[in-house]
Amino acid sequence: MRLEKCWFCSSTIYPGHGMMYVRNDAKIFRFCRSKCHKNFKMKRNPRKVKWTKIYRKLHGKELPQDTTFELERKRNRPERYDRNVVEDTVKAMKKISETREEREAQTLANRMRGKKTQQRREDLAELQQGIHLVKAPTALLEEPSLTLPKEKMKVKVSVEQESKAMES
Amino acid sequence: MVHYNLKRITVVPTGKDFVDIVLSRTQRQTPTVIHKSYAINRIRQFYMRKVKYTQATFDEKLGTIIDEFPQLDDIHPFYGDLMNVLYDRDHYKLALGQLRTAKRLVEKICKDYVKLLKYGDSLYRCKQLKKAALGRMCTLMKRVGPSLAYLEQVRQHMARLPSIDPNTRTILICGYPNVGKSSFINKITRADVDVQPYAFTTKSLFVGHTDYKYLRWQVIDTPGILDHPLEDRNTIEMLSITALAHIRAAVLFFVDVSGSCGYSIAQQAALFNSIRPLFDNKPLLVVCSKIDLQSLESLPEEDRQLIMEMKKEASNTLTEEGVINVKNTACEKLLQHRVEGKMKSKKLEDVRNRIHVAMPRPRDTRERPPVIPAGVLEARAAAPPRAPRRLEKDLENENGGAGVYSANLRRRYILADESWKEDVVPEIADGHNIADFIDTDILKRLDELDREEHQRQEGESEEEDMDDDEFRKLSPEEQEALAAIRLARRNIREEHRLKKTTADSRPMVPRKHDKDKRFTVSRMERHLSNLGIDPSAAAARARSKSRGRKRDRSLGYDEEDGADAMDGFKDSAQKQQALALGKKAMKKRNKFARKGEADRTIVNLRPKHLFAGKRSTGKTDRR
Repeated sequence: MRLEKCWFCSSTIYPGHGMMYVRNDAKIFRFCRSKCHKNFKMKRNPRKVKWTKIYRKLHGKELPQDTTFELERKRNRPERYDRNVVEDTVKAMKKISETREEREAQTLANRMRGKKTQQRREDLAELQQGIHLVKAPTALLEEPSLTLPKEKMKVKVSVEQESKAMES
Repeated sequence: MVHYNLKRITVVPTGKDFVDIVLSRTQRQTPTVIHKSYAINRIRQFYMRKVKYTQATFDEKLGTIIDEFPQLDDIHPFYGDLMNVLYDRDHYKLALGQLRTAKRLVEKICKDYVKLLKYGDSLYRCKQLKKAALGRMCTLMKRVGPSLAYLEQVRQHMARLPSIDPNTRTILICGYPNVGKSSFINKITRADVDVQPYAFTTKSLFVGHTDYKYLRWQVIDTPGILDHPLEDRNTIEMLSITALAHIRAAVLFFVDVSGSCGYSIAQQAALFNSIRPLFDNKPLLVVCSKIDLQSLESLPEEDRQLIMEMKKEASNTLTEEGVINVKNTACEKLLQHRVEGKMKSKKLEDVRNRIHVAMPRPRDTRERPPVIPAGVLEARAAAPPRAPRRLEKDLENENGGAGVYSANLRRRYILADESWKEDVVPEIADGHNIADFIDTDILKRLDELDREEHQRQEGESEEEDMDDDEFRKLSPEEQEALAAIRLARRNIREEHRLKKTTADSRPMVPRKHDKDKRFTVSRMERHLSNLGIDPSAAAARARSKSRGRKRDRSLGYDEEDGADAMDGFKDSAQKQQALALGKKAMKKRNKFARKGEADRTIVNLRPKHLFAGKRSTGKTDRR
């Protein structure tokens, strides 16, 4: 049993899922679900379809190449079974996937660096530009802070109640 | 030579039937209409045609019979003799001869009468002539009747004769009645001959086929022969004699050693001697049958003597037990005989001249046997006989046989450590194939990876997040304001989009009307307050402007209190009533279920078109 990769979106295809298409030139295309299959039939290029792994790697959204990827490689020559090797491999796999995750997190952090500053800057600008929609200029003069004004209206109902309360 | 198919001779009809057939055919196949007023030539032609046609039909039918029945001189002498025995050659020939004569005579009659018809002067005359001609032909046929009946009998019997090929390899079985000839043929072939305890069970020749050395052999079973001179033999015995005489076959003479056939060995020996001349040029085998009843050794001396004498004559051994052995020996003998015969014939020389078998010529007289090294011979002698190995098949049988036992395919794995053979190897872990990671120096790789990680982490700890100070974080009030700004922007956008609609999709009401009461003073007050301005001045101004309305409002009456707009009605009840009236007025009138003629009503008792007006044709008495 092998877990395969979808040709379109590069996600793993577990047993019992997906479809396989064999072309006349004997090239095999595996798809994880009909979404990918239909996209393929529409002759869409996965390098241009935003949600695929290929696009993301190509456009720098994800870690494109790394030593951790080199370690996972389909070997066509079968190795003679050696228990120790398999044991070590299983343990190593865990470590490798951990490091890969860390590295991917690092790439994300690198990408997102400076976002906070930018966001703050934009917020401030918006606040400054749009304060006139929620605060009258006169109020702004009285209170120059960029916050909502205090309400100035005397509510009628509460006053009457007060007077009634006073009367009784 | 004409090929006769004795099984497919056409049926010979009786005399009467023959006449019927021919005459009815004439009547159907020739024109039947004639009138005395026709031209005389035409009349003559008509009747001549009839006569000729009848003659032709007779000719054809008699011809087929004569041709299909075999000429006794043309066929193989075996068949000729056989038919002589069965049907009497003379009688047969006479019958066929009679038919031939009849054919000739019919032709003669036809010729004569056609000549006479040429000069017939009236229809009546011609008709009489035709009648005479046909009548004579038919009487002729009637005279031939008995021959036809005989030939029909012959045909029926001939069709049932066994199809014996006189030229192929044959084995002939003969001997006294009841010695076991038919049993023998039943054993070696698929023939199913009757075997009964009484003599002359087999009344005719029976053929079976058997195989030996990839060749087909005929086996002929004959009726039993008794020992008396040729002249006294009956038809059935003659069959055997004919077969013996004409077919070049291997002869199996059966001797019953037990005597249960009713004849002693002496009698059988006597028969053997009397028909010895028939065995010339044929490979002969003397078969002792029924030795289960009496074995050969326990025979009295004189009988044994007689059998030995027969055996001498046979120039071969008496066969031992076994039907198959007998068959095989007989076949071998016959094959040899036939091959010898072929070798002696002249035809062989033509073929032999063209064939050359090359054999390697020895270059000297030294012998050169195959070489086996001495060491191998010694080893063979010294090595103990190998015990039979324990195969997987044996293992399977021990543990429950096929279907129960499933072989352990890992038994013969070649691994570094034997205890690994029964390991359950995982294939998948955490969404990855383990086989993709397997590497003998995985540990080394892992170390490299660790080193890399170290370096990377060191590098990263240097560049922390430095851009915290450039812009400060917004306070919660400011965030509130920002949210309010965004909301206000969104509302403006929406309103603008609504406003942008065309007159077709949404009717635009000018603002002055203010049906929904959106622009009330309190709302204005609230709005201004939200913006941070004191609304009292604006509200007072707005109210003063709206003073001077017609109606005086009562205290409780507050239009701005969020109630539904009344649109000019006194109250909601009145409004509802008005709406209901409006709906009623819009109700569709249902007038489809009118009564018609089918509902037992006459819609119009005096329709105009029936009760008024003049008719275009006819009277108007009744309406």
